[in-house]
Amino acid sequence: MNLSLSDEQVFLREAARGTLSRFRTFEAIREALDGDAGALPDLWPAAKQAGWPGLLIAEEHGGAGLDAFDAMLVLGECGRVLAPVALLGHLPATAILNDSPAGASLLQALATGERRAAYLPVSPPDDVSQKWTVDPASGLQRGPAPTATADGDGARVSGQLAFVPDAPGADLLVGVALLDGKPVGVAIEADASGVTVEATTRYDASRSLGHVTLQDAPAIVLDAPDQWLASAWYLAQSLVAAESLGSVETALDVSVEYAKERHTFGRAIGSYQAVKHSLTEVLRQLDNGRSLLYYAGWARGGGPAEFPLAASAARSVAGRALDQAARTMISVHGGTGATWEHDAPLYFRRAQLSRRLLGGTAGATDRVAGELLAQADAA
Amino acid sequence: MDLDDTQEQAAYRAQARAWLDEHKSQAPVLDGAGALQDESEIIAARRAWQGKLAEGGLAGVTWPKDFGGQGLGPIEQVICNQEIAKAKVPGILDAIGVGMLGPTIIAHGTDEQKSRYLGPMLHGDEVWCQLFSEPAAGSDLAAVQARARLQEDGSWRLSGQKVWTTNAQFASYGLLLARTDSDVPKHKGLTMFIVPIDAQGVTVRGLRQISGEAEFNEVFFDDVALDADAVVGGVGNGWGTAMTTLMFERVTIGLGSEGMGYNSNRFAQAIAADADARRDPEVRHTLGEIASELLAVRFTGYRTLSALQKGQVPGPESGLAKITIVNGAIKAGDLITDVLGPDALSEDGEWAYMISFLPGLKSAGGTEEILRNTIGERVLGLPPAPRLDKGIPFSELRSKETAAA
Ligand SMILES: Cc1cc2nc3c(=O)[nH]c(=O)nc-3n(C[C@H](O)[C@H](O)[C@H](O)COP(=O)(O)OP(=O)(O)OC[C@H]3O[C@@H](n4cnc5c(N)ncnc54)[C@H](O)[C@@H]3O)c2cc1C
Repeated sequence: MNLSLSDEQVFLREAARGTLSRFRTFEAIREALDGDAGALPDLWPAAKQAGWPGLLIAEEHGGAGLDAFDAMLVLGECGRVLAPVALLGHLPATAILNDSPAGASLLQALATGERRAAYLPVSPPDDVSQKWTVDPASGLQRGPAPTATADGDGARVSGQLAFVPDAPGADLLVGVALLDGKPVGVAIEADASGVTVEATTRYDASRSLGHVTLQDAPAIVLDAPDQWLASAWYLAQSLVAAESLGSVETALDVSVEYAKERHTFGRAIGSYQAVKHSLTEVLRQLDNGRSLLYYAGWARGGGPAEFPLAASAARSVAGRALDQAARTMISVHGGTGATWEHDAPLYFRRAQLSRRLLGGTAGATDRVAGELLAQADAA
Repeated sequence: MDLDDTQEQAAYRAQARAWLDEHKSQAPVLDGAGALQDESEIIAARRAWQGKLAEGGLAGVTWPKDFGGQGLGPIEQVICNQEIAKAKVPGILDAIGVGMLGPTIIAHGTDEQKSRYLGPMLHGDEVWCQLFSEPAAGSDLAAVQARARLQEDGSWRLSGQKVWTTNAQFASYGLLLARTDSDVPKHKGLTMFIVPIDAQGVTVRGLRQISGEAEFNEVFFDDVALDADAVVGGVGNGWGTAMTTLMFERVTIGLGSEGMGYNSNRFAQAIAADADARRDPEVRHTLGEIASELLAVRFTGYRTLSALQKGQVPGPESGLAKITIVNGAIKAGDLITDVLGPDALSEDGEWAYMISFLPGLKSAGGTEEILRNTIGERVLGLPPAPRLDKGIPFSELRSKETAAA
């Protein structure tokens, strides 16, 4: 049993913290929200330099050959400073390609970050529905997965995906489509005919999203096994979870510091139980989330059958933790917490949007139930 | 990062499993067909089984070899718990003694105390209870009033009352926190004693709980004579000694929760059996939330083990796991009752006992509010609430409290 970070992992985390500390992310996000879209720093060159694009790509293809847990550590650091690094889209895409011989030739440029990929999120079937589905543009009803028709060695893909993280500006789109009803991996050049990516943001200027429309778009068919196609979805879940928990860490730190300094009625507000207990509640949820990141990190390699459960549970807890942390941050700071100049609203905006992306925190929570119910049937 | 046994751990697991395979037919049957019914028969059978487990090296795993233990680490303790659970046999009866009070004696007791008491405790020949809480001293444990007075010959006379004492009804001994000096501030005038429950002047009265069963007690002490060598950890050092017990209590709760059956798989099983409930979005959402948190605690346990393995001591943050477990299990009981309806509350069914037990468990071993205070102060570094009892001799406290009211 060993669930502690290796020296390399500590180094990876510290290095990421150092890299990101060079950027004024909070100020930039505020300026971007005020309409200055150019204010956001382009963090991709820094990511390239740090080797993050190749984190999950095998060494033989120019990557670092690391594990999901290592990627979560980096995403956690991004979350700490709400840094907009396009890894949420890129990393799951590279994970699908990495496991597919047909995608091998694409990997080198993605590993160095010379080219950037975005993952087309398609959620796998669960215990209730046998369908692969996508996030809808609005409403509760999930949309159908893209469909593919064979075309020579490759395929032509059609479908619509809403709110795809990091799609704008990506060079390659990688995801799942149904070919004769069977899921296959597909890789599509973003500039190919039939591909449109409509850039969009909602509420959180640091999150780049795109509505992707595919109309007979030419694709390479990837021979990744079903389980790995599904695994990309859960990888994305665990990366959002890690990113969210990173944000919870700094939100909690800032709130605790303030609770020690701010005095009312002759006492530091942190000595009042209402304040103290709400901060320990954030810590409790954070700690639970951290434990589940270990679970997910272990499961992807060590117990793949449990990866859907582990990653969904991590996402579920982390989503609630971030909302709790942001709201607590606002209330502990009193009136100050509700002002535009403070960072608390940025955490709040991050929480409200993040919890609705990639199937949503609610979808992940439902998935936890589904996985456990299926396990109960098997037992 | 891995969850695998090392070679030595795998060997230990195989050894524990082999022992259980060979001996499990001798374990008492507590549930289902052929289950023992009579309370005293159950206790006798569980004591005997604890003795067997001790002989087989499956009790007191972390105790030093000198005292009959295995001298192994917390990981082996957990491996042992896991194998016992897998074999579907009961664990030891006296988890309070072996898990908390024995280790306190090992840490603070005299050589004579260790050689007299530890062996019979480990083997279940003498069961122990924790005589800390009093009617006016639970969360505020340092407010205990049970009074031990030093006699001229060096012996002691003890009078007072303890309450909510688990297992006192069949215990041979208790570890008791008493006041020995009222003229110093309250944390200073305390001393820990070993008290024989069959001593003249000790009365144990069962207290029934929400379930209707009496698993804890009130215990009265009327001028009970104690020898000088009943003191554990030195006169006036009772608070420090009690803190050791509470530290082991945290470890016991932190590593033992899954053994209590408060786990997501069991709860999911109950829902899975209902074809409509398992498709109901609200039921699924609630189950998913509860299960996610309980799964988290499983891995918090593993993280704690990893840290223990490196020689770190679990800090107060392990109290967070207790809060999660108890609240998660309460919500699960509630959900299951929503799904099954009144049948879930049938007294001899699977759930009624758990549903009745949990509200009390919220208080046992530190209430949620006290845990949050401690964690807020010791982990987050938040300032404590101002106190009115600091530095004031215990004998003057009552009049201060009355004046402040
Ligand atoms: C099932 C069970 C088994 C037990 N077994 C044992 C045993 O074997 N041995 C033993 O010694 N004891 C045992 N106990 C007692 C247990 O340790 C106490 O009940 C517990 O410490 C709470 O103390 P109390 O009951 O005096 O409540 P109080 O301390 O009076 O608390 C009452 C309420 O006030 C709140 N409160 C008190 N102080 C504060 C504060 N500073 N800030 C905020 N809120 C506060 C508490 O959280 C609680 O909600 C057991 C209890 C139960 C329920």
